[in-house]
Amino acid sequence: MTMEVESNNFIALADVALHNDDLQHAIGEGTRTAYYKRLDTMFAHSDEHGEFMRQQAAEAKRRALRHLPDLLEKAERNLKKNGFQVEWAVDAAEANQLVLDIARRHGVQTVTKAKSMLSEELGTNHALEAAGLRVVETDLGEYIIQLAGETPSHIVGPVMHKTKAEIRDVFVDKLGMAPTDDAEEMVAFARGMLREDFLGADMGISGGNFLIAETGSIGLVMNEGNGRMCASLPRVHVALVGIEKLVDTVEDYATLTQVLPSSSTGQKLTVYTNIINGPRRDDEDDGPEHAYVILVDNGRSDIYATKYAEALSCIRCGACQNACPVYRTMGGHAYGWVYGGPIGAVLTPLFVGLENATPLPHASSLCGSCKQVCPVDIDLPRMLLDLRWDLVRAGESDGAWDMAMKIWAIGMTSPTRFNLGGLAARVGQHIMGEYMPGVLGNWTKHRDFPDFAPKPFRQLWKERKRGRA
Amino acid sequence: MALPERESPVGKRVSLFVTCIVDMIYPETGMSAVDILEHIGVEVDFPLAQTCCGQPAFNSGYRDEARTVARHFFKAFKDAEVIVTPSGSCATMVRHEYPHLFTRADGTLYEQARRMAAITWEFSEFLVEGLGIADLQLQLPEKESFAMHDACHGLRGLGLGRAARELIANLGNAELLELNECEVCCGFGGLFSVKMADISNAMLKNKVDNINDSAADTIVTGDVSCLTQMNGGLSRSKSRKRVLHLADVLAKGLGGGRA
Repeated sequence: MTMEVESNNFIALADVALHNDDLQHAIGEGTRTAYYKRLDTMFAHSDEHGEFMRQQAAEAKRRALRHLPDLLEKAERNLKKNGFQVEWAVDAAEANQLVLDIARRHGVQTVTKAKSMLSEELGTNHALEAAGLRVVETDLGEYIIQLAGETPSHIVGPVMHKTKAEIRDVFVDKLGMAPTDDAEEMVAFARGMLREDFLGADMGISGGNFLIAETGSIGLVMNEGNGRMCASLPRVHVALVGIEKLVDTVEDYATLTQVLPSSSTGQKLTVYTNIINGPRRDDEDDGPEHAYVILVDNGRSDIYATKYAEALSCIRCGACQNACPVYRTMGGHAYGWVYGGPIGAVLTPLFVGLENATPLPHASSLCGSCKQVCPVDIDLPRMLLDLRWDLVRAGESDGAWDMAMKIWAIGMTSPTRFNLGGLAARVGQHIMGEYMPGVLGNWTKHRDFPDFAPKPFRQLWKERKRGRA
Repeated sequence: MALPERESPVGKRVSLFVTCIVDMIYPETGMSAVDILEHIGVEVDFPLAQTCCGQPAFNSGYRDEARTVARHFFKAFKDAEVIVTPSGSCATMVRHEYPHLFTRADGTLYEQARRMAAITWEFSEFLVEGLGIADLQLQLPEKESFAMHDACHGLRGLGLGRAARELIANLGNAELLELNECEVCCGFGGLFSVKMADISNAMLKNKVDNINDSAADTIVTGDVSCLTQMNGGLSRSKSRKRVLHLADVLAKGLGGGRA
């Protein structure tokens, strides 16, 4: 079962977030901190250097996308050479079944999991738990989210919407932690709990930030080291990797492992930057006995065939979320599916169907910050505009707006009609005062509206010309 | 897509595209722009057939309607040598979106779209980058402090940079101060402000807080739409701070004696 889609409920969900003061504070702080750290790190050498890194990263991902079919075959060959077992999944059901089959084959009971947005997309935890397996998220943020029974609200900081006090309460309620407001004590407590799980797990599941085709390796970055514990301690390691995660060369990986943390947490490198080359070799002391890579499509090849293919370049850094003034006011849950923020407003309709996410293309003031910060230069505002166009063409737009726009266009194609419209607005405002009709009334709910001028510019212009003549 | 090459606008007649909002609500701002242009010796005309650039339709996905209005724009400005507009947003529409709205298959319309894109300038950009005039040799009647709000489309759409700041900094008696988060959207976003009014308002509240925290007497911006949003919020929250359009700030230096 994949995650439920609530994106058509965007306005109502946003309203909940807008009225949650704790969330407002937490998201406001979290996004801004990351935004400014990014600026410091990305442009530490110079503006030109930072921009050059972005372009280099964008080119690496674009090149990989252009050659995706070939690179996938190359990656499969090289992964197998390294001893990985490679599986392919068309959709969530297939992917989860493959994970379950692997778990059964190896008598798995407990699974530790590293952070993976793809697994959120697939609903993997739910599928495994429904089959009687115990699944423990080991990224601290994901661990808290799992305990609280929630979903991640941010691609990189899944628990960004929670305050420290709320996190304390989760640990106290769910795990019986002795109450403390000291963040270090809380982390130490969670670390102790997780250590037991790591040692007892039969299988580790990770995602893959990148899949390096030329060497057949998984590129995995993290700060807590939990991911490499998942990939190395249990007997079995399964990596769930979206087919768009491919890069051609180790050199490309080197570029991307710099822009990813720079863009996301403002680090030059993550604390752990791994290249995983398969299961334990005969002469090695540790590592899993069995290592699997499941290459997941789940709608990606459909997107690949559209004008939105560029969106598959996304490296899930969260920079667009941190920069987005819309996201900053309400966090990620309102977007109603796995991905929030600008990239979510683009990806969600593409993944779940435009008709199931009609408000999302409009959930942007088109300020352009997302494009500006994107480490792989995805033109998100252009895609939002194109999706809005798709909405109109698909008949998914509001009928009242359809009519209003038709009338408006008639008014705007003649200066006489334009003038009459202006006159009507002046007179209307004079009669109705503060009241504005229909959806325009939403304006005066929060803000005052200025008076229409007694004489429009064109009249002042004519008078000025006459005065001079 | 590469933008069409831009020729130097020096010595050319300017056709003012005043924009629909300035025409109906802020005509004085349009006059300020004319006054400043004439002050530096530019010949200005105002094609009376003009209405709107079509952005409201374009941004809401109504491409057919946007094309219809854009075609009217082509007609209205067919004789223009250079178009100047006191709006970074409308300039972005003409410069960046017209060449997307029409394709090669549209033949002469595509050529007209590219021509309009090539000859259109935002007001501050025209002065500083087009003519190379960052110092208008003007002085305010009394001391006043300002801070810029960089409207999104001018900043990230056109890459306007520091043109407006230079113009203010060179104004006698003007002091240029900082506005925290001056590059962050005010929440207007066209129809976004009514379609998603509560989110727009949350963004506006953040902007209003920053404006109230600024030491500047007056906030300056290059788009009257953003100005309407910000002043609407400032007025509703009983703040005494206000936002002015750059052209109106500069025109204060003309000392009331309009050319």
